[in-house]
Amino acid sequence: MIRIRFFARLREALGCDVLDLCPPSRSPLSVAGLRRHLIHEYPHWAAHLDSRLLSAVNQDMANGQTPVRDGDEVAFFPPVTGG
Amino acid sequence: MISVQQRDFDVGEQYLRLCQQAGDAGAVVFFVGRVRGGGGAVRALELEHYPGMCERRLQEMVDETRRRWACHAVRLIHRVGRLAAGEQIVFLAVAGRHRAEAFEAAHFLIDQLKTRAPFWKKEHGLEGDRWLDPHAKDVRAAGRWYNDTVML
Repeated sequence: MIRIRFFARLREALGCDVLDLCPPSRSPLSVAGLRRHLIHEYPHWAAHLDSRLLSAVNQDMANGQTPVRDGDEVAFFPPVTGG
Repeated sequence: MISVQQRDFDVGEQYLRLCQQAGDAGAVVFFVGRVRGGGGAVRALELEHYPGMCERRLQEMVDETRRRWACHAVRLIHRVGRLAAGEQIVFLAVAGRHRAEAFEAAHFLIDQLKTRAPFWKKEHGLEGDRWLDPHAKDVRAAGRWYNDTVML
């Protein structure tokens, strides 16, 4: 199982904060591959799951090539604004 | 010390706690960020964060600050949740040997905080709600600490 988390405006646009997903059989999976898989499963999310979103795997910043394995937590979110 | 919390903080109490950890530091610099009211146009900010990752990123920044400026002590508090205009959002304090390094370390830390920790702000204004985007100048400010050519 892969746990996927969405934050801020992305969470609101998708109407979803957490999603548990069985990894697709194609392997190995990357963050970019997971994003494509989500769009395949939820076509109406395509406009929101922009490739410019930031991502993290197991709470470390990631990029499209970062591998995703069963048991990982993957987060997608817009650019951050702290302080 | 880092903390991500909903509750407010007392600057005087934080200063005393910092001093208890600061040994013989000769300089303490602190910064408080507040919710800007925008001349009455902004009623509140809502701060969202990624629990777990956020605290880890803040700790990394504090560790980096302590290494680069050999600080005696660093405290960083970031509030989350709904905060009304004028409320305190962030507190950071650096204790160092001399004022120059304490100022510089505090400046580095607040610049990093803007762009490197997973926080998001939603503004509740008189004309509706909107998620805020990072400013290009904040991204440049955070990056200049890593690229000498930008500082020239």
